[in-house]
Amino acid sequence: MEAYLDNSATTRCYEEVKDVVVKTMMEDYGNPSAMHQKGVDAENYMKDAARKIAKTLKVSDQEIYFTSGGTESDNWALVGTALANQRRGKHLITTAIEHPAVSAPMAYLEELGFTVTRLGVDKEGRISLEELEDAITEETTLVSIMYVNNEIGAVQDIQAIGARIKQKNPDTYFHVDAIQAYGKYRIYPKKMKIDLLSVSGHKIHGPKGIGFLYIDEKVKIRPLILGGGQQTGMRSGTDNVPGASGLAVAAEKIYENLESQMAHMQELKQKLCQGLSQMERVVIHGMPLEEGAPQIVNASFTGVRSEVLLHTLEERGIYVSAGSACSSHKRSGSPTLNAIGCSMEEKESALRFSFSELTTMEEIDYVLEVIAEVLPMLRRYTRH
Amino acid sequence: MFKAFLIKYAEIGIKGKNRYLFEEALVNQIRYALRNVEGTFKVTREQGRIYVFTEGEFDYDETVEALKTVFGISGICPVVVLEDEGFEKLAGEVVSYVQHMYPDSHATFKVHARRARKTYPMDSMELNCELGGRILDVCPDMKVDVHKPEILLTVEIRKAIYVYSETIPGPGGMPVGTNGSAMLLLSGGIDSPVAGYMIAKRGVKIDAVYFHAPPYTSERAKQKVVDLAKLVARYSGPIRLHVVNFTEIQLYIYDQCPHDELTIIMRRYMMKIAESFAHQDGALGLITGESIGQVASQTIQSLACTNEVCTMPVFRPLIGFDKQEIVDIALKINTYETSILPFEDCCTIFVAKHPVTKPNLNIIKRSEKHLEEKIDEMMETAVSTAETIEVE
Repeated sequence: MEAYLDNSATTRCYEEVKDVVVKTMMEDYGNPSAMHQKGVDAENYMKDAARKIAKTLKVSDQEIYFTSGGTESDNWALVGTALANQRRGKHLITTAIEHPAVSAPMAYLEELGFTVTRLGVDKEGRISLEELEDAITEETTLVSIMYVNNEIGAVQDIQAIGARIKQKNPDTYFHVDAIQAYGKYRIYPKKMKIDLLSVSGHKIHGPKGIGFLYIDEKVKIRPLILGGGQQTGMRSGTDNVPGASGLAVAAEKIYENLESQMAHMQELKQKLCQGLSQMERVVIHGMPLEEGAPQIVNASFTGVRSEVLLHTLEERGIYVSAGSACSSHKRSGSPTLNAIGCSMEEKESALRFSFSELTTMEEIDYVLEVIAEVLPMLRRYTRH
Repeated sequence: MFKAFLIKYAEIGIKGKNRYLFEEALVNQIRYALRNVEGTFKVTREQGRIYVFTEGEFDYDETVEALKTVFGISGICPVVVLEDEGFEKLAGEVVSYVQHMYPDSHATFKVHARRARKTYPMDSMELNCELGGRILDVCPDMKVDVHKPEILLTVEIRKAIYVYSETIPGPGGMPVGTNGSAMLLLSGGIDSPVAGYMIAKRGVKIDAVYFHAPPYTSERAKQKVVDLAKLVARYSGPIRLHVVNFTEIQLYIYDQCPHDELTIIMRRYMMKIAESFAHQDGALGLITGESIGQVASQTIQSLACTNEVCTMPVFRPLIGFDKQEIVDIALKINTYETSILPFEDCCTIFVAKHPVTKPNLNIIKRSEKHLEEKIDEMMETAVSTAETIEVE
């Protein structure tokens, strides 16, 4: 049996996505910037894609910009707004549990002379609204907070955060890294006071190499990629028609049955957590069952190194990811697990299981069965 | 401009009656090294010299890079090949060669003519004088020095005429295949690929064995070792890599023996297994990347203890090297970047916090008694189930 439980790394494409990708590569392959009919046809795909995506967010089509993926969206949102608004202030706020696509550009901006405040989180991975409010000053131009944490599935109260930011400083922009949240939650930027929102295609059964950044029309932002002036000059480069069309099809489809899929994943999660909690020396990280994201479970199997358990599961057709890429050479571990106060032992033995709507209950049963079988054997052999 | 390369070799020249064997091996290794280079090459051996002739278009830089990986080559001279169309034409070509190669030069030079074709109307001395004079005419800043010239311009008169003056250093050593073969214990580290390179340099064909411990070591760790073997194979020629599943044996030792002796005992069995592959492949020795005192398992006591199981000579070319010296070679042969990729190898996964550094052979042997029941069978299984990968 095969069980793919690494859907937060990437997902399988929908059939419909594949179809439109092939069609725009083989038949309607024109360049949207071209003046002839083939160009016009291709441009229609781009417009259509923006429209479909905008509809899921209840925003305007003109506020959707296609990028090469989540990382570019995050980079652009941070660097683009920080630089464009630096005369207003050079203070930025983020959290200690962001993805490197946010934390690395933040560090880069620090090198350029910006001040960055990193909010800590509690044991479950939640930031404190009070701390956030205290951190915001006149100088704060941007707050960047991830919706769903990619490692432990912690979910922030984005609506409350948005309200709190604007209440303290209406000029502070709010960027949300929604790469693990889009397609799982209904996100309405206007209502939630989100000014910028990053999304990636391949996390929602779309193609790799495509994503988008929602930018509220009022936001002042600089383009990072300069060139032929595509996407109103904000993001140059020949339009990725297959990518954008594929992403739009995936977005439309994933929001069709959102509630029932969420319920399905919640059941899977419940089942997995229940099974794991009955095993000895297994620690499940993050928020209580109902509060965390339904598609992510992160657990430490103390006494067994993540890598070893991962490869053991792999031999049985089970694909998961190591909570922290820890090796004998690099023992720093994951910032998220550090931030929620995991011990070294827990960090070194953490695995992440992540589901999609395609995951089945049988797969969960199989995973639990295999883990129960291999754990005692693996725990016999350790470094000491 | 260059249409051929004269290959200089050093040590082969002193091999007496076996010399032809070395030269043949060198010719074969050169052909092998050039097999994927863009261009058509003819490698010939004539009158005690080896030439690489090119036909039609070829990539000069790629060719030189490939030749630099062939052990046995001490120098590579790019050669201009001229048709014999009379002395005047030759003199003109030689002068323009010098002008092109050494523009505005103040160097000292000497013309060294060799007349292999004795029917040429001028003899070597005449050619030296005449050509030297022509060069001085157009390059007034150059001077002749017949004892220690900075530029030695050779003009060989054969069926065609060859002109050369530059020597690109080769890797030295002896052609692979002229000194039998040996089995390299290849890990994912920095040292063992360098050790393999150094032994191959002495003309030894290399095969290798890697100990894999799934699930404790990953598929990527194995891929890394295959990649390292590929990098060494650029110099050594094809390597037969045996990938041994070592997990069972390692766990058995873990269960039966004191933990601080695990590494030493494990290494003794690795040597034994490597030897059995050496027998299979007709290799006459083992190669390791050990260096005295580098880690607990490489103290002189540990080395003695590990060595005790071996019946073949064990070559340890890095034995007296400091880490930095090893790293320097790894950088030169381009294995360093791959070696430092952070995947665990089977030597580190169960390593004790304080492994023995001065193992006592008698105590180790006593501990190994606890393995008697199953170990022979396990070793046989490990050998018979090994995966063999032909790496080029």
